Amino acid sequence: MIQTRALTKDFVVNRKTTVHAVRGISLDIAPGELVAVLGPNGAGKTTTLRMLTTLIAPTSGTATVAGHDVTTAAAEVRRRIGYVGQGNGAGHIHRAGDELRTQGRIYGLDRRAAARRTDELLEALDLTEQRDRKVSDLSGGQRRRLDVAIGLVHAPRLLFLDEPSTGLDPQNRANLWQHILRMREEHRMTIVLTTHYLDEADTMAERVVVVDHGEVIADDTARALKAKLAGDRLILTGDLPLLAKAAAALPSARDLTETADTVEVRVSDGPAALPELIASVPGAVRTAEIQRPTLDDVFLSLTGRNLREHA
Amino acid sequence: MSTLALRDVGIVAARELRPLLRSPFSLIFGMIQPLVFLALFGPLLVGSLRGQDNGLGSNVWQWFVPAILVMTTLFGTSTVGANLLGEFITGAHERMLVTPLARHALLVGRALKEMVPLAGQAVIVVLVMLPFGFDLYPTGALLGLALLAVFGVGLGSLSYALAVAVRRNDWMFWVVQQTLLFPLMILSGMLLPLETGPEWMRVASHFNPLAHMVTAERLLFAGTVDDRAVLWGAIAAAATAIIGLAVGIRAMRRST
Repeated sequence: MIQTRALTKDFVVNRKTTVHAVRGISLDIAPGELVAVLGPNGAGKTTTLRMLTTLIAPTSGTATVAGHDVTTAAAEVRRRIGYVGQGNGAGHIHRAGDELRTQGRIYGLDRRAAARRTDELLEALDLTEQRDRKVSDLSGGQRRRLDVAIGLVHAPRLLFLDEPSTGLDPQNRANLWQHILRMREEHRMTIVLTTHYLDEADTMAERVVVVDHGEVIADDTARALKAKLAGDRLILTGDLPLLAKAAAALPSARDLTETADTVEVRVSDGPAALPELIASVPGAVRTAEIQRPTLDDVFLSLTGRNLREHA
Repeated sequence: MSTLALRDVGIVAARELRPLLRSPFSLIFGMIQPLVFLALFGPLLVGSLRGQDNGLGSNVWQWFVPAILVMTTLFGTSTVGANLLGEFITGAHERMLVTPLARHALLVGRALKEMVPLAGQAVIVVLVMLPFGFDLYPTGALLGLALLAVFGVGLGSLSYALAVAVRRNDWMFWVVQQTLLFPLMILSGMLLPLETGPEWMRVASHFNPLAHMVTAERLLFAGTVDDRAVLWGAIAAAATAIIGLAVGIRAMRRST
């Protein structure tokens, strides 16, 4: 569905400064995949998405999206993709239903078909009562669902979502995802999304592409990334000097940190390492906790930086 | 232009018109400014110009109403870029750019839509002024409206082009628009006759398309059609439209 080869984008800020926003991304995404592109702000996620959706031209490299080249056949790509940007697709002074109908007309539906499609989508995204309301009067969650409806107007096989749930409360996020996943099932859509919500990438995506400084630094399932790159974290209290020594002696120990009242260490297999540590210093452990890794830990072990600090 | 592109232009124009049709009050509020000018500035003009020979006899309304129509066009269309700026900020314009819509349709559709509120406002101003002794010459008036529509499409396009140009510093839009608006307006002889002003102002006005528009509209609304100055007005309107559309389409193609 998507193939990119050495895709780059430079932004010339002024005569002296050029920002290399994307530095050679090669990516293959097969039909039906649900891929999350994860990275801190400024990592190049949105720039990559904007190249794939024909909004900006690549500086070099190629990208084929839905069977067509984004530079030489932009119009063909546009006909085949759905896109939900960071902003609102619907104009704020317009009525929700009007905007959906306009979008239907743009993709070639006649008046009647556009009206029918509008009803279908309003119904599917729980917006039927908002049809005649001005977009600016909708709640954040309703507006975001309307954006998704607009992106789906022509039942695309490939849908891009740029930070779809930013600014929504947890309930609205869950609700939005329910709708997205159902539509995906119905239309067998390929979905590519960017996000800086770790849990969103973790629970929703079947594949996570981690981007930093304009490059792909990891690409796998969330589970595999965590097992390979992060490992479990042991948090111990008790006789701290003794614990620190014992933790450092564990075979896979890394990232050892001591706080005022804990010793923390990262190990590959927490459930096996913890009994081993307890046995090595009898009586020294007062409490012990195993923290399973998050994608933030993956990012930390890849870059030495915390994803959240930048998000 | 292919039929497909015409369809795209129609879709864009229809989208732009719909909020107006949904709330016609916005159109009526747009009328307040010209009517306030007519109500407050008009009587002062009547007082100060009475007895003077302004080339159109003693009826000051005949001199002032056509100018107010040009002013309505100027204020109405030079500000439309702000709507596009709003859509840059919310993301609605980006949404249009990822669709297969022909790029020039995004500009042409918006620019053509400007004709509708303009024509509506002009008709209301004329109707309001009829009881005050404003004489209506239908042929000239219709030609005058057509000229305003063409001019408005050009000015609207330029306003959209300005919006695209300043989209990353949107406050610049009003700075540029206001900075251009007042010199153009005063040097058009719209509010006060340039005949009593210094020579340099009259010279400068020759290079102001708005001045040619004002002169042509005054003649047309007085029933004079076959005059050289009317032709100059038509040329000014057409040139504004051609340049505006060219610049606007170019800007729209690069508006990501």
